[in-house]
Amino acid sequence: MISFFNVSKVYPNGVKALQGVSLQIEKGEFVFIVGPSGAGKSTLIKLIFREELPTKGQIYINGRSILRMKRRDVPYLRRQIGMVFQDFRLLPDRTVYENVAFAMQVVGAKRSEIKKRVPEVLKMVGLEKRMDDYPLQLSGGEQQRTAIARALVNNPSTIIADEPTGNLDINTSWEIMECFQEINDKGTTIIIATHAKEIVDSMRQRVIGLERGKIVRDEHRGVYANATT
Amino acid sequence: MSTGVYMQMLLLRQAYYIFQEVGRSLIRNSLLNFAAVGTTAISLFVLGVGVLLVINTNEIAKTIESDIEIMVYMRHNLAEEDALTLEPLIDNISGVQETTFISRDEALKSLVKQFGDEVEESVGEENPLPDTIKVKISDPREVNKIAAEIEDLPGVESVRYGGQDFVKKLFSLTNWVRIIGLLLITLLGFCGIFLIATTTRLTIFARRREINIMKYVGATDWFVRWPFLLEGIILGFFGALLAVGVLYFSYGALIAKIQETISFLPLVNSSAVLFRIFEGLLAIGIVMGAVGSTFSVRRYLRV
Ligand SMILES: Nc1ncnc2c1ncn2[C@@H]1O[C@H](COP(=O)(O)OP(=O)(O)OP(=O)(O)O)[C@@H](O)[C@H]1O
Ligand SMILES: [Mg+2]
Repeated sequence: MISFFNVSKVYPNGVKALQGVSLQIEKGEFVFIVGPSGAGKSTLIKLIFREELPTKGQIYINGRSILRMKRRDVPYLRRQIGMVFQDFRLLPDRTVYENVAFAMQVVGAKRSEIKKRVPEVLKMVGLEKRMDDYPLQLSGGEQQRTAIARALVNNPSTIIADEPTGNLDINTSWEIMECFQEINDKGTTIIIATHAKEIVDSMRQRVIGLERGKIVRDEHRGVYANATT
Repeated sequence: MSTGVYMQMLLLRQAYYIFQEVGRSLIRNSLLNFAAVGTTAISLFVLGVGVLLVINTNEIAKTIESDIEIMVYMRHNLAEEDALTLEPLIDNISGVQETTFISRDEALKSLVKQFGDEVEESVGEENPLPDTIKVKISDPREVNKIAAEIEDLPGVESVRYGGQDFVKKLFSLTNWVRIIGLLLITLLGFCGIFLIATTTRLTIFARRREINIMKYVGATDWFVRWPFLLEGIILGFFGALLAVGVLYFSYGALIAKIQETISFLPLVNSSAVLFRIFEGLLAIGIVMGAVGSTFSVRRYLRV
């Protein structure tokens, strides 16, 4: 569960990226974060992930305060959250299998566990036949699914994606969103910042609208934009 | 499972990964690694040479010093009883270790013994030799001061002592060796540390993508840092190993050569001492590596 209480973020250069944001995301929810460029979507995500600290307010992730968390505990917070990015962030000199296994090595998983778990998640994202290919041999959608597999491999409670379909065409974007939907169906919380209007409109999930650092709407079974705006 | 045991198992599992990473990066930056190892080796080699030079000159100086004694000659007209009273006075001077009284008769006898009867004949009736007191001192560097003090005593005609000029020169030489060596070592040491830091930085730069991803999947700071620290330590260690190897063989050869020609020179050649020095160099190499990489890791790895 993720809770924001009156959270503001002012960057050192004076930009007020978020102002007085309060929100609550329950376990197992599927949430889109939408809004114009510069609205503060990425900032919100960075706060959840503790890449940035809030200037004001409190943030709780699974019951723990991010502000009171010690530096050395941050990695353990991050292990509960899988990250997916617009630019995939795969290692080009490693195969699909190795890219996913990497996330397990880093947290010190047993080799036998890695051998069992990696093919499992690759199957979930439909890449079981491409395990030994390198990222550059894959299409954009396949690369992003590799990244999703990596985010998923350590069994996080939540997956957060910042414009995961920003570099993909509309059909591929659909595939990726369906992939997220399947993961969500198994109980993982999904939070996606996106500009993909059509997809948001047809998926009818919870939509949080940000504008100039403020939440302007928060609707269950929402759409990308209100008719009024 | 206790956290300690759990951490150890984690470490064991991660060790494989870490060593793999270190191996990769050592191969990747081979030229720079070579420079870093080379500079470290040179600086430690100079340090080794300096240390060997200093302990050898110290050894030589000590041997020569232990032979230094002051000969105190009495006035000719001084009676032997009066000369004898001088001995405790000299004994009381601080820094004096031992005194031996040699009467003029004894002195003549030993001369005769050394050079034969002609001496006795040429000397004739009157013994020209003075009563003498032989003085051994504890610190040869005080020989001037003690000699002057003795010379001021009543009844003393003159004092004589030898070897101290050589010792003085030797000491000033070791001092220079120390100063120049220290400067050179500091300079080269910094170069070594700097190059190790640069190597580590390049490795960090080459792997910034991985580091970024590690951060996102929840690697601990130490897990990210270890490979870089280890790399620095390995570079420093190999630099030191190279220095020790070259030092060992060249010193051995040099010693053999010197002892062939000047066999009486008391050179340090005990393997215990040499191993102590080599151990020291290896330790310093490792520390240099750790310091260099820590510097880079701290600066460039805000994980
Ligand atoms: N590290 C930073 N330092 C200073 N200002 C920043 C930083 N990151 C973001 N900003 C500013 O904060 C505001 C919000 O940025 P943010 O990246 O959260 O927007 P966004 O909603 O993700 O936009 P987009 O849809 O274009 O990705 C912007 O004005 C941006 O310029
Ligand atoms: Mg953004």
